[in-house]
Amino acid sequence: MKKIFGILGLFLAVFVFTALRNPQFVSAYNLENLIRWISLFGIISIGVSFVIITGGIDLSIGSLIGLTGSLMAWLLTHRGWSVPATLVTVLLLSLSVGLAHGLLITRLRLQPFVVTLCGLLLYRGIARFITDDQSQGFGNSHEGLRAIAIGKIPVGSSFSIPVPFFILLLIAIVSAVVLNRTIWGRYLLALGRNETAARYSGINTDRIKIAAYMLCSLLAGVGGILFSLDLNSVQPSGLGEFYELYAIAAAVLGGCSLRGGEGTILGVIIGTAVMRVLYNAINILSIPTHLEFAIIGAVILAGVVTDELAKRYAANRRAVRERLGETPAPSSS
Amino acid sequence: MVAPLHPVPKLLDVSGVSKRFPGVQALEDVQLTLSRGEVLAVIGENGAGKSTLMKILAGVETPDRGEIRIDGQLVSIADTGTAKKLGIALIHQELNLADNLDVASNIFLGREPHQWGFVDRHRLYSEAHVFLEQVGLNCSPRLLLSELPLGCRQLVEIARALSAQARILIMDEPTSSLSQGETEQLYSVVNDLRNRGVGIVYISHRLREVKQLADRVVVLRDGRNAGMLVQEQIAQDAMVSLMVGRALVRQVRTSQSDGAPLLEVQDLRTTAHPQQGLSFQVRVGEIVGLAGLVGAGRTELLQVLFGIDQAVSGTVRLGGQVLHLQSPGDAIAAGLALVPEDRKLQGVILEMSVGRNATLASLHRDARCGFLNTEQEMTQASMMTQQLRVKTPSIDHLVQYLSGGNQQKVVLAKWLALKPRVLLLDEPTRGIDVGAKQEIYRLMEELASQGIGILFVSSELDEILRMSDRALVMHQGRLAGVLDREQLSEESIMQLATGTPHQMATSVLQELL
Repeated sequence: MKKIFGILGLFLAVFVFTALRNPQFVSAYNLENLIRWISLFGIISIGVSFVIITGGIDLSIGSLIGLTGSLMAWLLTHRGWSVPATLVTVLLLSLSVGLAHGLLITRLRLQPFVVTLCGLLLYRGIARFITDDQSQGFGNSHEGLRAIAIGKIPVGSSFSIPVPFFILLLIAIVSAVVLNRTIWGRYLLALGRNETAARYSGINTDRIKIAAYMLCSLLAGVGGILFSLDLNSVQPSGLGEFYELYAIAAAVLGGCSLRGGEGTILGVIIGTAVMRVLYNAINILSIPTHLEFAIIGAVILAGVVTDELAKRYAANRRAVRERLGETPAPSSS
Repeated sequence: MVAPLHPVPKLLDVSGVSKRFPGVQALEDVQLTLSRGEVLAVIGENGAGKSTLMKILAGVETPDRGEIRIDGQLVSIADTGTAKKLGIALIHQELNLADNLDVASNIFLGREPHQWGFVDRHRLYSEAHVFLEQVGLNCSPRLLLSELPLGCRQLVEIARALSAQARILIMDEPTSSLSQGETEQLYSVVNDLRNRGVGIVYISHRLREVKQLADRVVVLRDGRNAGMLVQEQIAQDAMVSLMVGRALVRQVRTSQSDGAPLLEVQDLRTTAHPQQGLSFQVRVGEIVGLAGLVGAGRTELLQVLFGIDQAVSGTVRLGGQVLHLQSPGDAIAAGLALVPEDRKLQGVILEMSVGRNATLASLHRDARCGFLNTEQEMTQASMMTQQLRVKTPSIDHLVQYLSGGNQQKVVLAKWLALKPRVLLLDEPTRGIDVGAKQEIYRLMEELASQGIGILFVSSELDEILRMSDRALVMHQGRLAGVLDREQLSEESIMQLATGTPHQMATSVLQELL
């Protein structure tokens, strides 16, 4: 919980700073866009945080977003598939990608980094091959379907909440319940801390890890669909590029440890929000966009360094307290 | 006392060395001397302090007190580099060689002949050849180490020590992984080195080979010198009695098992020792000790019984039913529980709370449709921790802040919630203070009286004697013998555990009865 306050503080600081420098930042239009993008990135960040909690990593989600996003547009417009058939196919594809990752990592004992790095290359190549590297889009068709990405639900007279926010909300609530209220979530946290001890306690650690990779890929697939619908025109070579790194950064910023066993859904969402607000601030404050990566990198680094220092400070204080508790205070006589 | 006119200083003279680790006095005032061309065997039970002493000589540990002299010169071996410079080389149980390099590169690792910063490959290989000859290994110095059989790698390590001009060679269980032929070759190398004036400290559990090789034997017990035997005195009985010879207040278990077989193991073969079939039983309410030296295959046996490793062949029955043990989950479902050897790695999750650790194995039983039953979990965790008297401020306290004994109780709490029929314990009191030890013993007795069958591995003879209704003794993967309570003694266990010929063990037993 304390971890969340830290990241929440960072979020508010960036938010208030930007709002004071340029009131345009808090305009309804900008906030709506901001919320929509936080929601889209939040969905994929939640997915990767499950994998990170197992102590693993998934580098392939950006390419998988590229594959699912362009494949969906291609199936609908070039192949004339129906909407339900397309969505089911794309989501099943995502699940099987996750299953393949999980099996390679648990059964063949390959390293998650290597497996998903190969995935990163593989899915991008497949996306470009299937679509002949042509940009894909919906034009004016499929307005109804696109509403799930670009639609808004008005609240009050001047402000509307983008539909993806509700999708994120649903996914976040389900994820938080799974992580904190089910034995599956408990097993996940346990195996992330100490896989051997979890296995010695009778937990089928392989199965849970596979499930985590499947969930990650599934949410990347959902993300791919939404990004594609939102952008309308997508490049198979470009859609989702670097998104895996944004998602991992958001998860780490939000309190996930790459060592595994640690992380909260709320933290990950706030981590995502920090990333997007920073990105937005750079644009709106007319900071040269060439500096974008440098600034995001510096802020994340500052965040994790502060967090680590705070943790050490707390650990030291605890150690001192315990030592004082053990030895009786010296008598004055 | 008249000092000799020209006292020849000993090659190595260790006096009054003490070393304390948190909670245990590993060495107390230990003396040891070694002459040129002498093979000195250092023997003792597991935990007698042999390894600590050798680590001090090799510069891995530094002593708290005591003096070490080499050729009469007082030295302080601060680190491994100093040890090397002083001519001390340690040939370790686990070899310290690089698999991916060739034989010559391993021999000269870190001391490669070089010119202008480049390795002088010509000299590397020609000089390596000389040292290989000295250890009687006729293979090409260009051979990759990974292509060399295990026994030969040991010789490469000795060649490396020779190339570094080692005058004191410490060999820690050098034959533990060697075949008969390789062992013979090692013996002849040892004899050859002795003739060339190298002093050898030879650590072994195999008393037969000590008898064959050693000029002198130093026995350690509980970190102190227990005695010394010179050549003509070296006999297995003498060594065993020095190793174990302490007066013991025996607390004999009084409970009796009703004799119905509970766990029946038949011709079970583990991957570690596939040539040895193991057959034994654990009865209802019986406590069976599993004794033997480190590496005898006891942990491997428990791991197969708990489904962590798969058996090569054989059957395991619990209450007459054949078990299919593919995973710990299968074993747990059948009613088995394991308190593993490495508590911090296998037993508990250090960064999780006491409560969550204690309920980890029983969560699925109490869950409703996969949802945690938090209330039930809390009640159960506090009940189990109270019942086992785990000393913790609260059940939300992280396990890493508990003492070893309390961590072990958390592991037990995890299993007892499931009401197992057979409890397997691997070194249940290792690294635990005396008070907690007694509590764990009491708990084992209580569980046995409730009809749980207990099979426990221990390297402490006291513990085997104190707790066992019956003891199985393993030696090199084989079940060397089964001792009933009347037959249980330190001598009878050590005879079986060190692989002393059967007749001798029997005769010792008859003497005792």
